[in-house]
Amino acid sequence: MDFWLTSLTPFESEALRLSFKVALWATLASLPFAIGFAWLLARHDFWGKSILNALLHLPLVVPPVVVGYGLLVLFGQNGALGPFLQDVFGITIAFTWRGAAIAAAVIAFPLMLRAIRLSMEAVDPRLEFVARSLGASRLRVLATVTLPLTLPGIVAGLSLAFARSLGEFGATITFVANIPGETRTLPLALYTAINTPGAETEAGRIVVISILLALMALGLSELAARRVTRAVHGI
Amino acid sequence: MASETLSLDIALQQGDFSLQATLDIGPGITVLTGPSGAGKSTLAGVIAGATRPDSGNISLGKTIFFNASTWLPPQRRKLGYVLQDSLLFPHLSIRSNLLYGHDKAAPFSLDDVASTLDITDLLDRSPHQLSGGERRRVALGRAILTNPSLLILDEPLANLDAPRRAAILPMVEQLRDRFDLPILYVTHSWDEIIRLADTLVLMENGRITAQGPLADVLTGQAGPAAMGIDGAVIEAQVSEHLPEAGLTKLETASGPLFISQISEAPKNQVRLFINAGDVALALARPDDISVQNILSATVEAIDPQTPPVVHVLLRLADGQALRARITPRAVAVLNLQPGLHVHALVKSVALDRDLVHHPV
Repeated sequence: MDFWLTSLTPFESEALRLSFKVALWATLASLPFAIGFAWLLARHDFWGKSILNALLHLPLVVPPVVVGYGLLVLFGQNGALGPFLQDVFGITIAFTWRGAAIAAAVIAFPLMLRAIRLSMEAVDPRLEFVARSLGASRLRVLATVTLPLTLPGIVAGLSLAFARSLGEFGATITFVANIPGETRTLPLALYTAINTPGAETEAGRIVVISILLALMALGLSELAARRVTRAVHGI
Repeated sequence: MASETLSLDIALQQGDFSLQATLDIGPGITVLTGPSGAGKSTLAGVIAGATRPDSGNISLGKTIFFNASTWLPPQRRKLGYVLQDSLLFPHLSIRSNLLYGHDKAAPFSLDDVASTLDITDLLDRSPHQLSGGERRRVALGRAILTNPSLLILDEPLANLDAPRRAAILPMVEQLRDRFDLPILYVTHSWDEIIRLADTLVLMENGRITAQGPLADVLTGQAGPAAMGIDGAVIEAQVSEHLPEAGLTKLETASGPLFISQISEAPKNQVRLFINAGDVALALARPDDISVQNILSATVEAIDPQTPPVVHVLLRLADGQALRARITPRAVAVLNLQPGLHVHALVKSVALDRDLVHHPV
C-alpha cells in the first residue's frame, strides 16, 4: 500500500485517501438504517408502505444535483438543521468531508436497501415462524435466523454502496463543493484535472486509479459474497 | 407430568374459506384428516399461533392461548410444530438446529432424543448433507427438545418413500410413549391414520364432521362418506406363529384370525384394518369353504343410505365393530335384522401386516 501511495502524487493520494474515508463512513453509517428499512418493507404491511418505498428510492431517480441542493438546504450554514448541529453538537456538515459522506450515503442508500431487502424477502417466512414456535422472540429470530440468512444480500449491499460512494460526484460537488483535502474525492479530483489546462496526464492517471479501485472493490465483494453464501447455505 | 388437554372453539374467515372448529386434544395421538383444502393445516396453524382466529378461544390446560382479550404469541405457547418441509435452519449445524429451542429443564437430553430418532451420527453435519428422511427426524427432535406440552405434526411424512415412512412411523409412537407427549397429527394417508390414531378427527370444508376414538369414527356415519374409506379397525392379540404355513394366528373374542406371518411376539396386541368389501356374511357357519377367518358377530344396524350397496354394522363379542358391504338383495335373502346372529367371513387378504400397531 505504501509503495503504491508513494508512487502517487500528493494530489492523487490525498484524493484516494479521502475517497476511501468518505465511502467507508457513508457505507457503514447507512447499514443499520438499510437493514431496519429492509426489515420494515420485507416483513411488514402498513399504511403508506408504497409511499415510504418510493421516498427511499428517490435518490436513485432524481438528478444527484437535486439531492445535493436538498442537503444544502437542510444542513447548510443557514439551513434547517445546519445551525442546530453546529451550535448544539459543534458539528459542521456543510463543506466538510462529513457532508461528502452524507451525500454519498444518501445517493447509495437505495442500492444498499434494495440488495438487503431482496435477500431478506428470499428468506422463507416459515423458517422465522418455526424459530418463534421454538420459543424465540421476534428480536432473537431477527438476530439468529433472518439476518444470518440475509448476509449475502448485506455483503452485496455493502459493496454496491461502497462502489457507488466512490463514484459519487453530483450531489457532493453541489453540497460540499470541491475543497482540496476536505471534499475533493477522486471524481472531483478528476473534474479539477480536466478543467486545468495541460493536466491531461494527471487526468489519465486518475482515470486509471479509479478503474483499478473499482475492479479491486468488485473482486473483493465477489470473494466475500461467495464465502458468505457458502457459510449460510452450505453450498 | 400429566399431559394437559388442548381445548379450542374458534371461527376464522379467510376470503371465501371459513373455518369453524370445536375440538379437544387429549393424551395420545389425535389424527386430523380430511380432503385437501378442508382446513387441516389452517387449524394446525391456528393452534401454533401462525394465524389468529376471528373469534373463540384456545387454551392448553390453564394457559390461555387466545380469547377475546388475549393473544399469546407463538414463542410462549410451548408447542412443538413440525411441517412437511422440515424447515431446518440452513446456516446452522444439526446440533445447533436441535438445540435452538432447547429447554434445559426438560427431563430428557439431546442424547436421549438423538438416539430415539437415530440421528446421533448426524449432529456435526449441516442440513444440506441430510436425506429427506433424516431432515424430518431432525425437525422432530428439534421440536421435542423444547419440551413442548403438545406436538403438532403437519404431514410430517408427506413425500417420503415407503421404506423411509416405515422407519419413522414407529419413532412417532416412541415419542408419544417415551416423552409423554400428546400429538396432533395432520395427514391424509390411511396407513398413518390406522397405525397411529388413538383419536380420529375428520374435517371437510372448514368444519369438523366427526371426532372420537378411531374405531368409533370409522364405523360411524361420517367416516366412510367423508373419506372414501370403508372398513373398520379391530384389535387382536398375537396367539402363535405357524412358520411351516407362513401364518400368524391372532385371537379375538369372536374367534381366531390367520394372517401372513408377522414378527410381533405372542401376547402382543396388533391393530388390523378390515375392508368392508372383504367381509361376507353367513347365517350358519360354513365348513367347506376356503375362507379361514370366520368371526361370530351380531348385526347392530343396516344402513341402506348408499345404494346400490348396503352397509351392515356388526358387533363382535367384545364390543368391537366390523363393517360389511353387501347388496340389498343379500339383505333380503338372508332376512338380515338388527339383533340377528351371523358369521362374518373375512378374506385373509383384508388383513394388512403393514398396519400392525403396538399399543403399549
